[in-house]
Amino acid sequence: MNPTDQIDLESLREDIPDFGPGDTLKVHVRVVEGNRERVQVFEGVVIGRQGSGIRETYTVRKVSFGVGVERTFPVHTPIVQQIERVSRGDVRRAKLYYLRDRVGKKAKVKELRD
Amino acid sequence: MATKAIVGEKLGMTQVWKDDKVVPVTVLKVTPCRVVQVKRPEIDGYSAVQVTFGSQKESRLIKPQLGAFDKAGVEPGKKLVELRLDDVSEFEVGQEIGADVLEDGELVDVTAVSKGQGFTGVMKRHNFKGQRASHGAHRVHRMPGSVGQCATPARIFKGKKMAGRSGNQKTTTQNLLVVEANAEENIVLVKGAVPGPRGATVLVRDAIKGGK
Repeated sequence: MNPTDQIDLESLREDIPDFGPGDTLKVHVRVVEGNRERVQVFEGVVIGRQGSGIRETYTVRKVSFGVGVERTFPVHTPIVQQIERVSRGDVRRAKLYYLRDRVGKKAKVKELRD
Repeated sequence: MATKAIVGEKLGMTQVWKDDKVVPVTVLKVTPCRVVQVKRPEIDGYSAVQVTFGSQKESRLIKPQLGAFDKAGVEPGKKLVELRLDDVSEFEVGQEIGADVLEDGELVDVTAVSKGQGFTGVMKRHNFKGQRASHGAHRVHRMPGSVGQCATPARIFKGKKMAGRSGNQKTTTQNLLVVEANAEENIVLVKGAVPGPRGATVLVRDAIKGGK
Protein backbone atom coordinates (compact mmCIF):
# COMPACT_ATOMS: atom_id res chain seq x y z
CA MET A 1 0.00 0.00 0.00
CA ASN A 2 1.33 3.38 -0.94
CA PRO A 3 1.36 6.06 1.75
CA THR A 4 -0.85 8.26 -0.44
CA ASP A 5 -3.56 5.58 -0.72
CA GLN A 6 -4.92 6.62 2.65
CA ILE A 7 -5.72 10.06 1.19
CA ASP A 8 -7.36 8.48 -1.86
CA LEU A 9 -9.71 6.37 0.28
CA GLU A 10 -11.74 9.45 1.17
CA SER A 11 -12.34 10.31 -2.48
CA LEU A 12 -13.16 6.78 -3.70
CA ARG A 13 -16.85 6.16 -4.34
CA GLU A 14 -18.48 2.95 -3.21
CA ASP A 15 -21.68 3.21 -5.23
CA ILE A 16 -20.01 2.35 -8.55
CA PRO A 17 -21.62 -0.72 -10.17
CA ASP A 18 -19.55 -3.45 -11.75
CA PHE A 19 -19.20 -2.69 -15.45
CA GLY A 20 -16.71 -3.25 -18.21
CA PRO A 21 -16.08 -2.80 -21.94
CA GLY A 22 -19.10 -3.57 -24.11
CA ASP A 23 -21.65 -2.75 -21.42
CA THR A 24 -24.29 -0.15 -22.16
CA LEU A 25 -24.50 2.51 -19.46
CA LYS A 26 -26.69 5.42 -18.54
CA VAL A 27 -24.43 7.99 -16.90
CA HIS A 28 -26.32 10.65 -14.96
CA VAL A 29 -24.16 13.78 -15.06
CA ARG A 30 -24.82 16.88 -12.99
CA VAL A 31 -24.69 19.96 -15.22
CA VAL A 32 -24.44 23.45 -13.73
CA GLU A 33 -25.99 26.20 -15.84
CA GLY A 34 -25.50 29.54 -14.18
CA ASN A 35 -26.89 28.93 -10.73
CA ARG A 36 -29.24 26.15 -11.78
CA GLU A 37 -28.28 22.52 -11.64
CA ARG A 38 -29.83 19.69 -13.61
CA VAL A 39 -29.06 16.09 -14.48
CA GLN A 40 -28.14 15.05 -18.00
CA VAL A 41 -28.13 11.41 -19.04
CA PHE A 42 -25.39 10.17 -21.34
CA GLU A 43 -26.21 6.72 -22.68
CA GLY A 44 -23.77 4.63 -24.67
CA VAL A 45 -21.37 1.74 -24.87
CA VAL A 46 -18.27 1.55 -22.68
CA ILE A 47 -15.35 1.20 -25.07
CA GLY A 48 -12.63 0.97 -22.43
CA ARG A 49 -11.50 1.50 -18.89
CA GLN A 50 -8.09 2.94 -18.17
CA GLY A 51 -5.93 3.54 -15.13
CA SER A 52 -6.44 2.36 -11.58
CA GLY A 53 -7.42 3.63 -8.17
CA ILE A 54 -8.52 7.24 -7.94
CA ARG A 55 -7.18 7.96 -11.43
CA GLU A 56 -9.27 5.32 -13.24
CA THR A 57 -11.41 6.55 -16.15
CA TYR A 58 -13.85 4.99 -18.62
CA THR A 59 -14.95 6.07 -22.07
CA VAL A 60 -18.58 5.91 -23.20
CA ARG A 61 -19.41 6.11 -26.91
CA LYS A 62 -22.74 6.86 -28.50
CA VAL A 63 -23.88 7.88 -31.96
CA SER A 64 -25.89 11.08 -31.82
CA PHE A 65 -27.61 12.26 -35.02
CA GLY A 66 -25.14 10.27 -37.08
CA VAL A 67 -22.11 11.70 -35.29
CA GLY A 68 -20.05 9.57 -32.94
CA VAL A 69 -19.69 11.16 -29.49
CA GLU A 70 -17.31 9.88 -26.84
CA ARG A 71 -17.06 11.09 -23.28
CA THR A 72 -14.44 10.05 -20.78
CA PHE A 73 -15.38 10.15 -17.12
CA PRO A 74 -13.22 9.56 -14.06
CA VAL A 75 -14.78 6.57 -12.28
CA HIS A 76 -14.85 8.38 -8.93
CA THR A 77 -15.87 11.84 -10.09
CA PRO A 78 -18.51 13.56 -7.93
CA ILE A 79 -20.20 15.12 -10.98
CA VAL A 80 -21.65 11.74 -11.91
CA GLN A 81 -24.76 11.28 -9.80
CA GLN A 82 -25.46 7.71 -10.74
CA ILE A 83 -24.29 5.03 -13.16
CA GLU A 84 -26.97 2.66 -14.46
CA ARG A 85 -25.97 -0.49 -16.31
CA VAL A 86 -28.54 -1.13 -19.03
CA SER A 87 -27.07 -4.30 -20.50
CA ARG A 88 -23.94 -6.38 -20.61
CA GLY A 89 -21.97 -6.74 -23.83
CA ASP A 90 -20.47 -9.90 -25.29
CA VAL A 91 -16.99 -8.75 -26.29
CA ARG A 92 -13.58 -10.35 -26.56
CA ARG A 93 -11.29 -7.43 -25.94
CA ALA A 94 -10.69 -4.74 -23.36
CA LYS A 95 -10.66 -1.76 -25.70
CA LEU A 96 -13.41 -1.53 -28.33
CA TYR A 97 -11.76 1.13 -30.48
CA TYR A 98 -12.76 -0.84 -33.59
CA LEU A 99 -16.31 0.46 -33.10
CA ARG A 100 -15.11 3.87 -34.29
CA ASP A 101 -14.51 2.57 -37.80
CA ARG A 102 -17.87 0.84 -38.08
CA VAL A 103 -21.29 2.17 -38.94
CA GLY A 104 -24.79 0.80 -38.83
CA LYS A 105 -25.49 -2.71 -37.62
CA LYS A 106 -21.79 -3.63 -37.52
CA ALA A 107 -21.20 -0.97 -34.89
CA LYS A 108 -23.48 -2.85 -32.47
CA VAL A 109 -22.13 -4.86 -29.57
CA LYS A 110 -23.79 -8.23 -29.08
CA GLU A 111 -25.67 -8.47 -25.81
CA LEU A 112 -24.53 -11.01 -23.25
CA ARG A 113 -27.34 -13.23 -21.98
CA ASP A 114 -26.94 -15.51 -19.00
CA MET B 1 11.46 35.91 7.03
CA ALA B 2 8.68 33.63 7.76
CA THR B 3 6.14 34.01 10.50
CA LYS B 4 5.42 30.31 10.67
CA ALA B 5 7.25 27.22 9.51
CA ILE B 6 7.07 23.48 9.82
CA VAL B 7 9.24 20.60 8.68
CA GLY B 8 7.88 17.40 7.15
CA GLU B 9 8.41 14.48 4.83
CA LYS B 10 7.24 14.20 1.22
CA LEU B 11 5.09 11.10 0.83
CA GLY B 12 4.15 11.43 -2.84
CA MET B 13 1.53 12.87 -5.14
CA THR B 14 -2.11 12.07 -5.74
CA GLN B 15 -5.31 13.94 -6.57
CA VAL B 16 -8.37 15.08 -4.64
CA TRP B 17 -11.74 16.50 -5.69
CA LYS B 18 -12.50 20.09 -4.74
CA ASP B 19 -15.72 21.70 -6.01
CA ASP B 20 -16.12 18.98 -8.67
CA LYS B 21 -12.64 19.66 -10.02
CA VAL B 22 -9.52 17.54 -9.79
CA VAL B 23 -6.75 19.16 -7.75
CA PRO B 24 -3.26 17.63 -8.02
CA VAL B 25 -1.73 17.51 -4.56
CA THR B 26 1.53 16.57 -2.89
CA VAL B 27 1.07 14.73 0.39
CA LEU B 28 3.38 15.88 3.17
CA LYS B 29 3.66 14.06 6.46
CA VAL B 30 4.19 16.57 9.23
CA THR B 31 4.88 14.71 12.44
CA PRO B 32 4.86 17.10 15.38
CA CYS B 33 8.38 18.45 15.80
CA ARG B 34 9.95 19.12 19.17
CA VAL B 35 11.79 22.33 19.93
CA VAL B 36 15.38 21.58 20.97
CA GLN B 37 16.71 25.12 21.15
CA VAL B 38 15.35 28.62 20.69
CA LYS B 39 17.85 30.96 19.06
CA ARG B 40 17.32 34.54 20.14
CA PRO B 41 18.82 37.66 18.52
CA GLU B 42 20.29 38.95 21.76
CA ILE B 43 22.19 35.70 22.43
CA ASP B 44 22.72 34.06 19.03
CA GLY B 45 22.54 37.06 16.74
CA TYR B 46 19.49 35.77 14.87
CA SER B 47 16.12 34.32 15.66
CA ALA B 48 15.24 30.71 14.89
CA VAL B 49 13.74 27.60 16.39
CA GLN B 50 15.82 24.45 16.27
CA VAL B 51 13.54 21.44 16.02
CA THR B 52 13.76 17.69 15.62
CA PHE B 53 11.25 15.09 14.50
CA GLY B 54 10.81 11.31 14.49
CA SER B 55 12.96 9.20 16.76
CA GLN B 56 16.55 7.98 16.63
CA LYS B 57 18.56 5.43 18.59
CA GLU B 58 21.02 7.08 20.93
CA SER B 59 23.82 4.88 19.57
CA ARG B 60 23.37 6.47 16.14
CA LEU B 61 24.02 9.97 17.43
CA ILE B 62 27.34 11.68 17.84
CA LYS B 63 28.18 13.00 21.30
CA PRO B 64 27.67 16.73 20.60
CA GLN B 65 24.17 16.01 19.31
CA LEU B 66 23.40 13.77 22.26
CA GLY B 67 24.54 16.57 24.54
CA ALA B 68 22.23 19.04 22.82
CA PHE B 69 19.26 16.70 23.20
CA ASP B 70 20.17 15.92 26.82
CA LYS B 71 20.45 19.57 27.72
CA ALA B 72 17.05 20.30 26.23
CA GLY B 73 15.52 17.18 27.77
CA VAL B 74 14.04 16.22 24.41
CA GLU B 75 13.84 12.75 22.89
CA PRO B 76 16.46 12.46 20.13
CA GLY B 77 15.09 12.74 16.59
CA LYS B 78 16.22 12.00 13.06
CA LYS B 79 17.54 15.42 12.17
CA LEU B 80 18.05 18.84 13.63
CA VAL B 81 16.44 21.54 11.51
CA GLU B 82 16.41 25.26 12.10
CA LEU B 83 13.25 27.18 11.31
CA ARG B 84 14.12 30.85 10.80
CA LEU B 85 11.24 32.88 12.20
CA ASP B 86 10.63 36.59 12.81
CA ASP B 87 9.32 36.16 16.30
CA VAL B 88 10.43 33.34 18.57
CA SER B 89 9.22 34.77 21.88
CA GLU B 90 6.31 32.32 22.04
CA PHE B 91 8.46 29.22 21.69
CA GLU B 92 10.05 27.25 24.50
CA VAL B 93 12.29 24.20 24.58
CA GLY B 94 10.30 20.96 24.51
CA GLN B 95 7.26 22.50 22.85
CA GLU B 96 5.64 20.57 19.99
CA ILE B 97 4.84 22.18 16.63
CA GLY B 98 2.25 20.35 14.50
CA ALA B 99 0.39 20.72 11.25
CA ASP B 100 -2.12 23.02 12.96
CA VAL B 101 0.16 26.03 12.35
CA LEU B 102 -1.00 25.89 8.72
CA GLU B 103 -4.53 26.70 7.61
CA ASP B 104 -6.54 25.53 4.61
CA GLY B 105 -6.41 27.94 1.69
CA GLU B 106 -3.15 29.55 2.75
CA LEU B 107 -0.17 30.08 0.42
CA VAL B 108 3.16 28.53 1.38
CA ASP B 109 6.72 28.21 0.09
CA VAL B 110 8.17 24.71 0.13
CA THR B 111 11.94 24.15 0.28
CA ALA B 112 13.71 20.84 -0.31
CA VAL B 113 16.73 19.34 -2.05
CA SER B 114 15.71 18.55 -5.62
CA LYS B 115 16.23 15.18 -7.29
CA GLY B 116 19.76 14.75 -8.65
CA GLN B 117 19.73 14.38 -12.45
CA GLY B 118 23.44 13.63 -12.97
CA PHE B 119 25.31 15.15 -15.91
CA THR B 120 22.75 16.73 -18.22
CA GLY B 121 22.88 18.80 -21.39
CA VAL B 122 21.95 22.45 -21.71
CA MET B 123 18.42 21.80 -22.96
CA LYS B 124 17.41 19.99 -19.80
CA ARG B 125 19.62 21.97 -17.44
CA HIS B 126 19.03 25.54 -18.61
CA ASN B 127 15.99 25.19 -20.89
CA PHE B 128 18.01 26.05 -24.01
CA LYS B 129 16.16 25.69 -27.27
CA GLY B 130 18.65 23.38 -29.02
CA GLN B 131 19.15 23.64 -32.76
CA ARG B 132 17.15 22.81 -35.87
CA ALA B 133 16.30 19.26 -36.89
CA SER B 134 17.17 19.58 -40.58
CA HIS B 135 18.62 22.04 -43.15
CA GLY B 136 22.16 20.75 -42.76
CA ALA B 137 22.17 20.41 -38.99
CA HIS B 138 24.52 17.56 -38.22
CA ARG B 139 24.87 16.10 -34.72
CA VAL B 140 24.16 19.50 -33.17
CA HIS B 141 20.44 19.15 -32.42
CA ARG B 142 20.79 19.43 -28.63
CA MET B 143 23.99 21.53 -28.59
CA PRO B 144 24.21 25.01 -27.04
CA GLY B 145 25.64 26.76 -30.15
CA SER B 146 28.24 29.50 -29.83
CA VAL B 147 29.56 30.13 -26.32
CA GLY B 148 31.49 33.35 -26.91
CA GLN B 149 33.25 35.77 -29.22
CA CYS B 150 36.67 35.69 -31.02
CA ALA B 151 40.04 37.39 -30.24
CA THR B 152 38.35 39.76 -27.83
CA PRO B 153 37.87 38.57 -25.17
CA ALA B 154 39.56 35.31 -26.27
CA ARG B 155 38.03 33.47 -23.35
CA ILE B 156 34.67 32.26 -22.15
CA PHE B 157 32.97 34.37 -19.53
CA LYS B 158 32.61 32.92 -16.05
CA GLY B 159 29.18 31.62 -15.28
CA LYS B 160 28.39 30.73 -18.91
CA LYS B 161 25.51 28.29 -18.91
CA MET B 162 26.80 24.91 -20.03
CA ALA B 163 26.16 21.21 -19.59
CA GLY B 164 26.95 19.70 -16.21
CA ARG B 165 25.57 18.22 -13.02
CA SER B 166 22.02 19.27 -12.45
CA GLY B 167 19.58 18.85 -9.62
CA ASN B 168 20.50 17.85 -6.05
CA GLN B 169 20.26 21.50 -5.02
CA LYS B 170 18.24 23.29 -2.40
CA THR B 171 15.16 24.48 -4.27
CA THR B 172 12.14 26.50 -3.19
CA THR B 173 8.76 26.40 -4.88
CA GLN B 174 6.80 29.53 -4.02
CA ASN B 175 3.11 30.22 -3.51
CA LEU B 176 1.68 26.73 -3.24
CA LEU B 177 -1.87 26.48 -1.97
CA VAL B 178 -2.54 24.48 1.19
CA VAL B 179 -5.51 22.34 0.16
CA GLU B 180 -5.83 20.65 3.53
CA ALA B 181 -3.91 20.79 6.80
CA ASN B 182 -4.95 17.88 8.97
CA ALA B 183 -3.40 18.15 12.41
CA GLU B 184 -4.98 14.92 13.68
CA GLU B 185 -3.38 12.72 11.06
CA ASN B 186 -0.35 15.00 10.68
CA ILE B 187 -0.95 15.32 6.94
CA VAL B 188 -0.69 18.44 4.81
CA LEU B 189 -1.93 18.49 1.21
CA VAL B 190 -0.25 21.11 -0.96
CA LYS B 191 -1.48 21.88 -4.46
CA GLY B 192 1.08 21.07 -7.15
CA ALA B 193 4.56 19.61 -7.12
CA VAL B 194 7.21 19.96 -4.46
CA PRO B 195 10.99 19.54 -5.02
CA GLY B 196 12.72 16.32 -4.05
CA PRO B 197 12.09 12.58 -4.11
CA ARG B 198 9.56 10.75 -1.96
CA GLY B 199 10.85 10.62 1.59
CA ALA B 200 12.65 13.95 1.25
CA THR B 201 12.70 16.34 4.19
CA VAL B 202 10.77 19.44 3.21
CA LEU B 203 10.49 22.81 4.87
CA VAL B 204 7.10 24.52 4.64
CA ARG B 205 6.92 28.26 5.36
CA ASP B 206 4.24 30.87 4.79
CA ALA B 207 4.66 32.48 1.37
CA ILE B 208 7.20 35.30 1.35
CA LYS B 209 5.59 36.99 -1.64
CA GLY B 210 2.10 36.14 -0.50
CA GLY B 211 0.29 36.46 -3.82
CA LYS B 212 -3.14 38.10 -3.59
